[in-house]
Amino acid sequence: MSAASPEGDLAIHTHRLTKAFGQRKVVHGLDLAVPYGSVFGFLGPNGSGKTTTIRMLLGLAAPTSGSITVLGRPMPSAALEVLPGVGALVEGPAFYPFLSGRANLMRLDAANRRADPATRARRVDRALDTVGLGRAARLAVHAYSLGMKQRLGIANALAVRHQLLVLDEPTNGLDPQGTREVRSLIASLAGQGTTVFVSSHLLGEIEQMCTHAAVMSAGNRVAQGTLAELRSGGAGRVRVNTPDGPAARAVLAGLGLAPEDGAGAGTLAEGGDDAVVRAPLAAGAPEPERIVAALVDAGVRVRGFAVERPSLEERFVELTGEGFDVAQ
Amino acid sequence: MLPNSGAPHRAGSRGGLLASELALVFRRRRTWAMLLALGAVPVLIALAVRLTSGPPAGRGPAFLDRVAGNGLFVALVGMLVSIPLFLPLTVAVVAGDTIAGEAGNGTLRYLLLAPASRARLLLIKYAAAAAFCVAATAMVALCGVGIGLLLFPAGPVALLSGDTIPLGESFLRLGLVTAYAAVSLLGLAAVGLFVSTLTDVPVGAMAATAVLSVAAQIMGQLPQLDWLHPWLFTEHWMGFADLLRQPVLWDSFGENAALQAGYVLLFGGLAWARFATKDILS
Ligand SMILES: Nc1ncnc2c1ncn2[C@@H]1O[C@H](COP(=O)(O)OP(=O)(O)OP(=O)(O)O)[C@@H](O)[C@H]1O
Ligand SMILES: [Mg+2]
Repeated sequence: MSAASPEGDLAIHTHRLTKAFGQRKVVHGLDLAVPYGSVFGFLGPNGSGKTTTIRMLLGLAAPTSGSITVLGRPMPSAALEVLPGVGALVEGPAFYPFLSGRANLMRLDAANRRADPATRARRVDRALDTVGLGRAARLAVHAYSLGMKQRLGIANALAVRHQLLVLDEPTNGLDPQGTREVRSLIASLAGQGTTVFVSSHLLGEIEQMCTHAAVMSAGNRVAQGTLAELRSGGAGRVRVNTPDGPAARAVLAGLGLAPEDGAGAGTLAEGGDDAVVRAPLAAGAPEPERIVAALVDAGVRVRGFAVERPSLEERFVELTGEGFDVAQ
Repeated sequence: MLPNSGAPHRAGSRGGLLASELALVFRRRRTWAMLLALGAVPVLIALAVRLTSGPPAGRGPAFLDRVAGNGLFVALVGMLVSIPLFLPLTVAVVAGDTIAGEAGNGTLRYLLLAPASRARLLLIKYAAAAAFCVAATAMVALCGVGIGLLLFPAGPVALLSGDTIPLGESFLRLGLVTAYAAVSLLGLAAVGLFVSTLTDVPVGAMAATAVLSVAAQIMGQLPQLDWLHPWLFTEHWMGFADLLRQPVLWDSFGENAALQAGYVLLFGGLAWARFATKDILS
């Protein structure tokens, strides 16, 4: 995990942030460090406290204990100075159904005293075009589909240029084109220097667009760092393709590795009559080249060898547990 | 006057949040439905009097027997009939919706993130509710005058004190009565604002506010609660007769205004105390 950076480099910094609803702690001693300029993925299963954390970051809910700094100012006390620099989508979009998409954005822009009324119409129209709602702008929101509302919510976060975007599951309900658009939008904003804090439980998405991530599980932060750091935090595995499955397993075991058994392990698989043997690379395991050498020395016909890094998804499941039930 | 029912409404593009809020309230179909219902009260009264021979003097609401002789009394009777229930009901809907409606809709969080400060939002919400109080009472008065002049003769008005005032001045007096009724509702609007900060369910806040206005009137009828009466926001609701004397007696207007101001301060303060630190979880 990355070493604690000096406060000045962090767009968001929390220290021992805790939120309890009654007796139940739903966020527990959370330390977050979101560097300026990063695209920061905030991962966690349903109910792990992502939205609750975001509400606290934005001053909507007060922390039970702990401190929050956003854009260098304390939250929630400096909310009125901080929030003009922050565009946000929290727990899905919300609009007045009887107003048009455009009128909704105009109203929210009017609520922002720092937004220039003279440029309001132009900024709103541009934001609507950016998310592909230019032609549906004058339709009442009750006639919008789920994805259209989501796009409108993103447009609202874009009507003013912000230093920081906080997006709670921005691609929820979007079609593949919409998802791609949002990804490229985030990439282009990040390219212009906007810091993006994005929560999701879609790992592929985070993997494709984030530079950093933190993983939540039942209110606790279980990992934080750059994506590379997160992946390497998990144990890698060696994979051996060989027709001599049992012999390979014996060699690996002799080196102190623990070959997996289970579906496909050590049995006939992908490559015709080759077996695939996998073994996790625990800390202190021999280097891969020594493993290959040992296999070859033992007469194992090595037809394929690889060191597999876990995907973020495997790492995520490893960190947050396999269970499907929502943690309480 | 009715908003175009097909096209979505447009909020003002240049104004601030107050302009946007007023547009939101007054371009809503629900608001216009309530205003039309209020306008229908004097119209029904006028039609009932016109189509029948009129009640014998002394029966029905005060002044009803004068309607046939002078159309201006339609507005007065309409106001008198609307004050106990119809007007407070509509004000309860608007005031109960202020914060809870935004919360239920989810838009409250986006207003606060815009950012609108919580104090400013509360003030603007109350201002819009107060504007509705004025609009609602004005609607009763204007529709009353309109239908009254259409169906009945108009002329100098005989006052409670026995004096007669010319038609022009009687419009002024009607304006005073309307202002009195609007001021009467300001306390209730503040109560509604406070209730609205307690819940994310707008219908609950509306119902609670309406119930409170009825409960206060019932308590005002119970002699056992004499000591409480001066503190009820409904206490002076029917007390505008002093405005129909020559010269005008301003005492009840002043007492009512002071009482309502007290309610506005108290419940405005309570609403602020609740809203300033509330976790927005909707
Ligand atoms: N208003 C509330 N009162 C009590 N508990 C709440 C409230 N809101 C959320 N919680 C609890 O807090 C926990 C975290 O909820 P939160 O919405 O932050 O999860 P999340 O990580 O955003 O989940 P998801 O991926 O489903 O959006 C949940 O266990 C939930 O039950
Ligand atoms: Mg959530």
